[in-house]
Amino acid sequence: MDLSDLTTRLQEKFPDTVLEVSEENDEVTLQLKGSSILEILSFLKADGFNFLADLTAVDNLTLGGNERFTVVYHLLSHERVERIVVKAYVSEEKPLLPSVESLWKTADWQEREVYDLFGIEFESHPNLIRIMNPDEFNGYPLRKDFPRQGRGERKDFPIVERMTRGDRE
Amino acid sequence: MNPQVNVQPLETEKMILNFGPSHPATHGTLRVIMELDGETVVKATPEIGYLHSGFEKLGEDLDYNQYVTITDRMNYLSPICNNVAYALSAEKLMDIEVPKRARYIRLLMCELSRIADHFLSVGMQAVDLGAFTVFLYGFRLREDIYDLFEIATGTRLTTSYTRVGGLMRDLPDGFETAVLDVLEEAGKVADEIETLLNHNRIFQKRTKGVGVISKEDANSYGISGPAARAAGIDWDLRIKEPYSDYEEFDFDVVIGVNGDVFDRYLVRMEEIRQSVKICRQVLDKMPEGEINIDADSKFILPPKDDVYDSIEGLIYHFEQIMPNRGMTPPKGEAYVATESPNGELGYYIVSDGSRTPYRVRTRPPSLMNYSIFSKIMTGRMISDAVAILGSLNIIAGELDR
Repeated sequence: MDLSDLTTRLQEKFPDTVLEVSEENDEVTLQLKGSSILEILSFLKADGFNFLADLTAVDNLTLGGNERFTVVYHLLSHERVERIVVKAYVSEEKPLLPSVESLWKTADWQEREVYDLFGIEFESHPNLIRIMNPDEFNGYPLRKDFPRQGRGERKDFPIVERMTRGDRE
Repeated sequence: MNPQVNVQPLETEKMILNFGPSHPATHGTLRVIMELDGETVVKATPEIGYLHSGFEKLGEDLDYNQYVTITDRMNYLSPICNNVAYALSAEKLMDIEVPKRARYIRLLMCELSRIADHFLSVGMQAVDLGAFTVFLYGFRLREDIYDLFEIATGTRLTTSYTRVGGLMRDLPDGFETAVLDVLEEAGKVADEIETLLNHNRIFQKRTKGVGVISKEDANSYGISGPAARAAGIDWDLRIKEPYSDYEEFDFDVVIGVNGDVFDRYLVRMEEIRQSVKICRQVLDKMPEGEINIDADSKFILPPKDDVYDSIEGLIYHFEQIMPNRGMTPPKGEAYVATESPNGELGYYIVSDGSRTPYRVRTRPPSLMNYSIFSKIMTGRMISDAVAILGSLNIIAGELDR
């Protein structure tokens, strides 16, 4: 992939937001501040990356990184057969990103999944509700501080007293 | 005489219908909330998550080889494709290249499971539309392929065939002839199914022009695999981004025109024939040699014979599986996309340098393919829901993970 061309154009257009562009094993990774994700992705979409292959998030609690969460977008260009990874950093205090649902409809469900499992909210998303877990579920399971173990053995659960036939009568 | 009949539309009332989560035609725990006006669907809202099992969270606690068993449970119609996709991603992370024979065996197994998956999906679609014979023909051949899996891996469904850096075991003697028999049978069964369905008027009426996905919608909704190719998108990862030596084999990409349910059926049937063609070429070219990377690399478990019969093998085995030892990949991340029977199946693994992955993300083709369901269902009849669901081949295990 001709990286230098894309890099210069991106850095000219968005000098403040692009943190780093790197290439490793034919994988181009673009790291940027979360707030500008919609503009950058519209730019890349116009540039030929017509397919949002995957949208997911990583909790950097113990991994280390710029911010607490990384939202990872895998873009694909059908025409040029190229992939690019775009990483947007989101802080723990304000987990909010612009939604890219207006660019790709597939982002609708995928952003709902990230919201459900990581608790990252997406601005101007049409229907941001939980998708995998029930609506009344508490917590965000894929965060690193969400416990992996259950509540323990049978003895840890309260015994539910049920009415017997005699009580009812 | 020409009697004048004053036709007045009947007053209708909107009705909510729950389709699923346990309905014989959903083939899994899918639930669709349909708002109906008579028999016309005004709005269809899919509710997913009934099979959410936290596979991605589970992956953070299991080491790289243990997670292979979890990948089986995602797409349970073609488990080996999941195993291979995961192994490729883990190997990319650890910068391992598996021997040629292992790559060829993986490819052979993937294509066999593609045949089984497509036969089952076409059969399920047909049985939902009333063609029971097709289902039985397809199901019988799928049994034959599952017998092959049983010969090679020991299990029919939860194969867990790959390991990071190789395979669980080599192909047994006589496997090649068994595969050739099944391949010959597969061609015949495909002919029989096409004879039954291609010119079947009921089948055509139920499928032509139903559930049309346009090219633009397919790209916008992230549709991949047979559903995208039926819409006319020339995209097959086996050709465009070849993995596991697909570039060495000669086969065609099947592309549809209309993007409707009938085209998706035709694409699947032709892909079965192409897969048969690939399998024959793989068997012809199958190289001899090792199936695992060098044991000194510390990335592969020793052969079970060594573990049971020698103290060195046992020590080495424990070195690999004890919680504070074992393979530790470098820090980093890898995403590998493969062409599974349903579409782009990718694994995105992030490693923090410990023996368990930091994050394992599956890119499930079913989730993206299902997201368009609401759009193509609007304005159609209830009965079309069954045809469209069958043609998208949604697997709940992979959808919800």
